[in-house]
Amino acid sequence: MHEMSLAEGILQIVEDAAGKQNFKKVTEVRLEIGALSGVEPDALTFCLDVVFRGSVAEGARVELERLPGQGFCLACAETVPVTALYDACPKCGSYQVQATGGTEMRVKDLLVE
Amino acid sequence: MCTVCGCGQGETSIEGHEHEHPHEHSHPHDHAHEHRHEDGTVHSHPHPHEHSHEHTEHGHAHDPLHDPNTPHYHEHKGDIHYGLGPAHAHAPGLSQERMVRIEQDILGKNNTYAGENRQYFAEHGLFAINLVSSPGSGKTTLLVKTIEDLAGRLPVGVVEGDQQTSFDADRIRATGAPAIQVNTGKGCHLDAHMVGHALERLNLPDDGLLMIENVGNLVCPSSFDLGEAHKVVILSVTEGEDKPLKYPDMFHAADLMILNKIDLLPYLTFDVDKCIDYARRINPKLEVLKVSATTGEGMERWLAWLTEGVDVAIAARQQNVNLLKKRIAELEARLAAKG
Repeated sequence: MHEMSLAEGILQIVEDAAGKQNFKKVTEVRLEIGALSGVEPDALTFCLDVVFRGSVAEGARVELERLPGQGFCLACAETVPVTALYDACPKCGSYQVQATGGTEMRVKDLLVE
Repeated sequence: MCTVCGCGQGETSIEGHEHEHPHEHSHPHDHAHEHRHEDGTVHSHPHPHEHSHEHTEHGHAHDPLHDPNTPHYHEHKGDIHYGLGPAHAHAPGLSQERMVRIEQDILGKNNTYAGENRQYFAEHGLFAINLVSSPGSGKTTLLVKTIEDLAGRLPVGVVEGDQQTSFDADRIRATGAPAIQVNTGKGCHLDAHMVGHALERLNLPDDGLLMIENVGNLVCPSSFDLGEAHKVVILSVTEGEDKPLKYPDMFHAADLMILNKIDLLPYLTFDVDKCIDYARRINPKLEVLKVSATTGEGMERWLAWLTEGVDVAIAARQQNVNLLKKRIAELEARLAAKG
């Protein structure tokens, strides 16, 4: 989807941190991306590569950690694992599942020099 | 994608290409992965670096019988670390690198702007909705019709998002309602910052309705909070009833679905019940209204939904004003007592 905007958002976060914490080079960027966040990891990595060019993060490795999806099944009244928004409850098969976790998109930390 | 071995476990899936394989590798970080048992069942579980394994120089040997629920630390040549060292560097002190904790939401900046917009709406008694759909679902026609029907009942303003042209804003302005066109250029969605700027120029009267027509796109706008009270997804019956399953993120983000162009149903094979069922699989709480902007069918319920939203926004603003007035009266009384 809009991975380019997200990549630019990530660069902004990295550059803000560079200004505050006074580093000149980023060698690794670690991200946490939930399974239900609608982000395509390959596309995001590709966009980051492009967006990072000419910045403090040029050439930085991107480590993408996928966080598992979670939903609350209204029929079972409990939290169940899901891999997509349209998944049925793995216990009862109902589609009354409200996504509750795995929608995160975060910059976790940076490795800098 | 598994970032360790590069096997494709991401969201891109190519039909006919099943990609499930048990993988064994040494890796120093957390991730989720899938196991296939001999009986063929596959299960997936998070793999949060909490199993016993031995470090050799830089490789890990995994104990296949690990209990994933047992947390423990790693011993590394006498040093102890909890997997939180500088980006899991295995030789602390040898590298010039240092780790900077960030822990920031990638959309954090957008969400800050969205919060400002939301506050603006609250202070001005505005009920703001974000209309999202694919191109050609009839959003603008629905807006024009809505503005015409609400004329004299409610003040209405519109923010129009499109990649290029001001055609849509022109159509809205022709009804007499104030409208601002935002051209996103290469962008595929409106963000909260753009809407904030549009609000500065729009100069809306208080206590009314603001409709934000997003860029025609069923994917990207789902992730961007603009500060609206609700996202409203419009799906026209000429599009196919399986769209909620094909573009789940949007139907998940929306609170109301408008099934538009229902006057065309007699000429189509569109299955309304199936469509609603699909949409509620994604979002069990989704409200649905069936509307034809052309014939006016179903418009009354849509207008009632909007008016109710505006009433709530006005009441909330009034309550704030009353609280402030009460507070001012208290402070004045205190001042008078002192004087």
